[in-house]
Amino acid sequence: MTPFVYHRPTQLADALALLRDEQARPIAGGMTLIPTLKQGLAQPAALVDLAGIDVLYGIRLADGVIEIGAMTRHYDVATSPLVIAHLPGLADLAGQIGDLQVRNRGTIGGSVANNDPAADYPAAVLALCAEVVTDRRSISADAFFTGMFETALEPGEIVTAVRFPAPRRCAYAKFANPVSGYALAGVFVGVHAEGTRVAVTGAGPCVFRASAIEAVLARDPAAASFDAALLGPDGLASDLHASAAYRAQLARVLAARAVARLT
Amino acid sequence: MSEPTSRITLEVNGRDVTADVPSRTLLVEFLRDNLGLTGTHVGCDTSQCGACTVHLDGIAIKSCTIFAVQAQDATVTTIEGLDPAADHPLQRSFQRCHALQCGFCTPGMIMAAASLLATDPTVGAAEVRGALEGNLCRCTGYQPIIAAVLEAGKELAG
Ligand SMILES: Cc1cc2nc3c(=O)[nH]c(=O)nc-3n(C[C@H](O)[C@H](O)[C@H](O)COP(=O)(O)OP(=O)(O)OC[C@H]3O[C@@H](n4cnc5c(N)ncnc54)[C@H](O)[C@@H]3O)c2cc1C
Ligand code: FES
Ligand code: FES
Repeated sequence: MTPFVYHRPTQLADALALLRDEQARPIAGGMTLIPTLKQGLAQPAALVDLAGIDVLYGIRLADGVIEIGAMTRHYDVATSPLVIAHLPGLADLAGQIGDLQVRNRGTIGGSVANNDPAADYPAAVLALCAEVVTDRRSISADAFFTGMFETALEPGEIVTAVRFPAPRRCAYAKFANPVSGYALAGVFVGVHAEGTRVAVTGAGPCVFRASAIEAVLARDPAAASFDAALLGPDGLASDLHASAAYRAQLARVLAARAVARLT
Repeated sequence: MSEPTSRITLEVNGRDVTADVPSRTLLVEFLRDNLGLTGTHVGCDTSQCGACTVHLDGIAIKSCTIFAVQAQDATVTTIEGLDPAADHPLQRSFQRCHALQCGFCTPGMIMAAASLLATDPTVGAAEVRGALEGNLCRCTGYQPIIAAVLEAGKELAG
């Protein structure tokens, strides 16, 4: 790990000023960044710790929208009575991330900013039509996740919160890689007044919507299975953990499980 | 350029500690190398094994995946500080239930379990397994560990 200067601002404006330096990186829970630094895959000259900025914490409900501050830990989302009541699928998802110690440190802001292709939160953000709020704008989920480890964030832009409009119902089903805990495939289903959204993580290079499955659910909201033609291996990931065909199969089965959990 | 350092002030096992350390010092390095608290182990250094688990403000975290400077103003408890007489119900039940063989994973197991039991001592086996998912043991096969945590939970619940 290369040496770095450490900053712990207490105001968002100070953090933004420090991040104008291209060599500086924000650190949230550090659950992804610290392993990356240890491997030498990132060598920032400065780390700007977001942990001291109070406005980045907390879970609030206003006008039917649940807003979760970027520094909110996975454990706090999993156990929040507000989230359990309004977004049970999201609480369930947060409780399945990694392990207890990881959930005690990792944050929602760090997870969406990182956009790991096998991370859980991106599936919920996309299926729940969430908005990613930053220091300068609000970005719709459809526009936020742009590719593998890529997002619409500009250099120096900080995620401050994620806003989830409360859906009618929602559920998550995941098949975890037994070693890493990350999703080999994970499917989040959100039922909204405008229709049902189905988002798949883990299976491809970036979270995506399974539009053919959404179309089936528009006709038959309780569909119990999805055939192979609705989600095939094209464009999915093949690696030592699983082939694209296996991931496609998992995603279809998980979609059916998530739908069954919607009640 | 000389290595950037940070001044850190935190409480470790009830004692106030202030030190100047390179900013990239991991909390586990600080505990072991600066404070000599070698009960906290490093099994993997890649956030997988849980041998380095300590409490940060009462909750279980992996001390190999946090910089010492991030624990500024926090309270850290290691296995040495869990019970002044090394007589915590978990320490006793681990011995009774043969929940350790080589003992390498044990401090991390006990600290993770202690954090769970502090939240709810009446948890069942499924919750214990869930809470210890981030702690690997290469010796025991886990069953005696689960039994020991459940026993300690009963004692703590009174
Ligand atoms: C053993 C282990 C198992 C895991 N299992 C899972 C799993 O099953 N599912 C899963 O989804 N994840 C898993 N993770 C990852 C975990 O959820 C991380 O917490 C998460 O990916 C990153 O969040 P963080 O707060 O730790 O961010 P950090 O590691 O601090 O930061 C990650 C990246 O995001 C940037 N960043 C952080 N916060 C912000 C912000 N507010 N605005 C802009 N940029 C920001 C950082 O600069 C960095 O590039 C696992 C991690 C470990 C170590
Ligand atoms: S040494 Fe920290 S998790 Fe293995
Ligand atoms: S007792 Fe040897 S690793 Fe657990």
